[in-house]
Amino acid sequence: MAVKMHILVCGGTGCSASASHEVVTELNKELVAHDLTDFAKVVVTGCFGFCERGPIVKIIPDNTFYTRVQPSDAKEIIEEHIIKGRKVQRLLYVAPDTNESVSDSKHMEFYKKQLRIALRNCGFIDPENIEESIARDGYAALGKCLTEMTPAQVIDEIKKSGLRGRGGAGFPTGLKWEIASKSRVGEQKYVVCNADEGDPGAFMDRSLLEGDPHSILEAMAICGYCIGANKGLIYIRAEYPLAIHRLQVAIKQAEEYGLLGKDILGTGFDFEIELRYGAGAFVCGEETALIHSMEGKRGEPTFKPPFPAQSGYLEKPTNVNNVETYANIPVIINKGADWFSSIGTEKSKGTKVFALAGKINNVGLIEVPMGITLREIIYEIGGGIKGGKKFKAVQTGGPSGGCLTEKHLDTPIDYDSLVAAGSMMGSGGMIVMDEDDCMVAIAKFYLGFTVDESCGKCTPCRVGNKRLHEILTKITDGKGTMQDLEELKNLSAVIKDTALCGLGQTSPNPVLSTITNFWDEYVEHVTEKKCRAGQCKALKKYYIDPEKCKGCTACARACPVGAITGTLKNPHVIDQDKCIKCGTCYEKCRFGAISIK
Amino acid sequence: MNKIKNLAELRKVKEGMQSRMSMREKADSSEAIIQIKVGMATSGIASGAKETMNYLITELDKRNIKALVMQVGDMGYSYAEPTVEVTIPGKDPVVFGEVKIPRAQEIIEKYIIGGELIEGILPANYRSI
Ligand SMILES: Cc1cc2nc3c(=O)[nH]c(=O)nc-3n(C[C@H](O)[C@H](O)[C@H](O)COP(=O)(O)O)c2cc1C
Ligand code: SF4
Ligand code: SF4
Ligand code: SF4
Ligand code: FES
Repeated sequence: MAVKMHILVCGGTGCSASASHEVVTELNKELVAHDLTDFAKVVVTGCFGFCERGPIVKIIPDNTFYTRVQPSDAKEIIEEHIIKGRKVQRLLYVAPDTNESVSDSKHMEFYKKQLRIALRNCGFIDPENIEESIARDGYAALGKCLTEMTPAQVIDEIKKSGLRGRGGAGFPTGLKWEIASKSRVGEQKYVVCNADEGDPGAFMDRSLLEGDPHSILEAMAICGYCIGANKGLIYIRAEYPLAIHRLQVAIKQAEEYGLLGKDILGTGFDFEIELRYGAGAFVCGEETALIHSMEGKRGEPTFKPPFPAQSGYLEKPTNVNNVETYANIPVIINKGADWFSSIGTEKSKGTKVFALAGKINNVGLIEVPMGITLREIIYEIGGGIKGGKKFKAVQTGGPSGGCLTEKHLDTPIDYDSLVAAGSMMGSGGMIVMDEDDCMVAIAKFYLGFTVDESCGKCTPCRVGNKRLHEILTKITDGKGTMQDLEELKNLSAVIKDTALCGLGQTSPNPVLSTITNFWDEYVEHVTEKKCRAGQCKALKKYYIDPEKCKGCTACARACPVGAITGTLKNPHVIDQDKCIKCGTCYEKCRFGAISIK
Repeated sequence: MNKIKNLAELRKVKEGMQSRMSMREKADSSEAIIQIKVGMATSGIASGAKETMNYLITELDKRNIKALVMQVGDMGYSYAEPTVEVTIPGKDPVVFGEVKIPRAQEIIEKYIIGGELIEGILPANYRSI
């Protein structure tokens, strides 16, 4: 009897951290115990993008989507669902808007508006089984290129597709390959995959590598064929042990199957791939720094030109692309440039993967067509703002990006509209903020990150960013002046113009963009010493409501600096000049008489 | 594993995986294909729902009809087990009662292929889960 059900269990980093492997063990035990191993089969897959509610278990064919599954739930899943066809209600996902459980993934708003091209195999196949990848057309595109197309034809197809780099800048991929192919013909060349992924909160590339490593290997080989390289290198941060493991397994299997190595598919084309490990510095994601790091030198950027296509790894022509960029290649070859370019906007084709995070109900990894609006992402896929609070802004592009606000909710998202709005696509971090977030503090957070990650090679970035951070700290401490706000703008402009690499050139973006969109908040911090989100501790003011105060003296006795005065049974008062905003009185008062403004 | 030496061999590996992957493929595009739910509560099983389900899967496969056959719990028609719900894309679901193998064959040939209604349709009084 053929297997009639598959139990897909997420084996991504998020779900593994919450013990999905034990769920697998228990499910298998139960299948054996009930003599069902011929009827149902457990398959470990990559990330479903719903990591926050992991471990995820999905039942095929009915698409039932179970969240937060514990090893102890295995018995009920097998006995109720697999044997009797009854869903385990308590494990189903509950929709935030209706509060009702959702029967299957097809009815989850989170998935409805998604279009999965790069993530097509994540959460679908067993990434450690090359045959499952082959079943989903893995290596078919490579085969097609090697047997039916010339390198120039492949490059042409990629150019026609309109694919742009997903690593940040959005450079046209086909054009990049063409330049590399024409560069120093006949010499040793290299294909590099940038899997450094240093943005805080980003995990798009990690999930792709964990869930579908073969697509990346295949795309790198296709690139090698196009530009005339037979060696590929994947630069991956050492903090990604599971992605590294999956890549190692995939490379080994591809070699065994003859899909990497010598004479691939009998066409005479050779291609091999090696891994290189990064120590996790953000700047090493910049392509020149990345190349230096792979060469064993210090991971510092150098001036471009020369571009890697002219002189890259070991001074040889090198093509660097991001993981997600590569993930799109095989599909474009298989389905054609016309199909791909029918998706998206005029100048941004295809889809983009985002890591949706922050104050939103459905946190996770999503892939959406270019041109979707923020409103659709936040209120449909994301299920709205947590706790019904008011939306304030979305930060895209991480530390190099900026924020979008209410007025951008209906703007179609693509490379150009984000830049026009003062932000950028970046690698795909998307952090949602609500009324409780202070925009000055957000800018300070990103600047703090930049200051830590600056390599220190050039002065505008090393000194300038530190200075920006100091001014922001001054403002959040309630010591800022209007002069400081002018200084922020001027200094930002100088850093942007004079920094050596992309890190410094984009580091003032979070400041500039919050100044543009939330000027009032900056001014309030400076002139009224007020933080409307209540985030800047130094600007908090504690008040005692004389109507509510019973004069119990508890607060006065607890205040560490003696800022509270008053007599028994009479309303107390806080001396704002003495108060150090420690919050002790607020916690002590049993009558709710103390409020924060 | 022997090396895959050419494109034809790569295709062969893909074909070899077809039976393993087709269920997942079909589930992924479930809204675009015929969906068949077989009631598998205790009374359904006792009255032969398992046999009905196996028959449906093999027969549809044999005729190359893309359909997703899945088991569900009690559909609330204990008087007419085994019950089978068929949803053709773009049409409302239809529930058939007392579907033993002969009626299952009729469902495939007359309702699914021929598009005509047959005997044994039950009133839609249940909630789909
Ligand atoms: C500071 C800095 C960090 C970067 N980090 C990454 C990264 O983590 N991953 C990435 O793919 N590209 C990163 N980039 C962009 C790369 O320099 C390069 O443009 C990209 O890998 C090219 O691939 P693509 O054309 O496919 O986007 C970074 C750039 C800068 C300036
Ligand atoms: S801009 Fe910053 S990270 Fe880039 S080279 Fe200069 S100091 Fe280093
Ligand atoms: S603890 Fe509250 S009620 Fe008591 S004196 Fe202080 S403010 Fe008034
Ligand atoms: S916040 Fe702290 S310092 Fe200020 S009045 Fe209350 S207890 Fe005193
Ligand atoms: S790691 Fe399991 S859903 Fe992302």
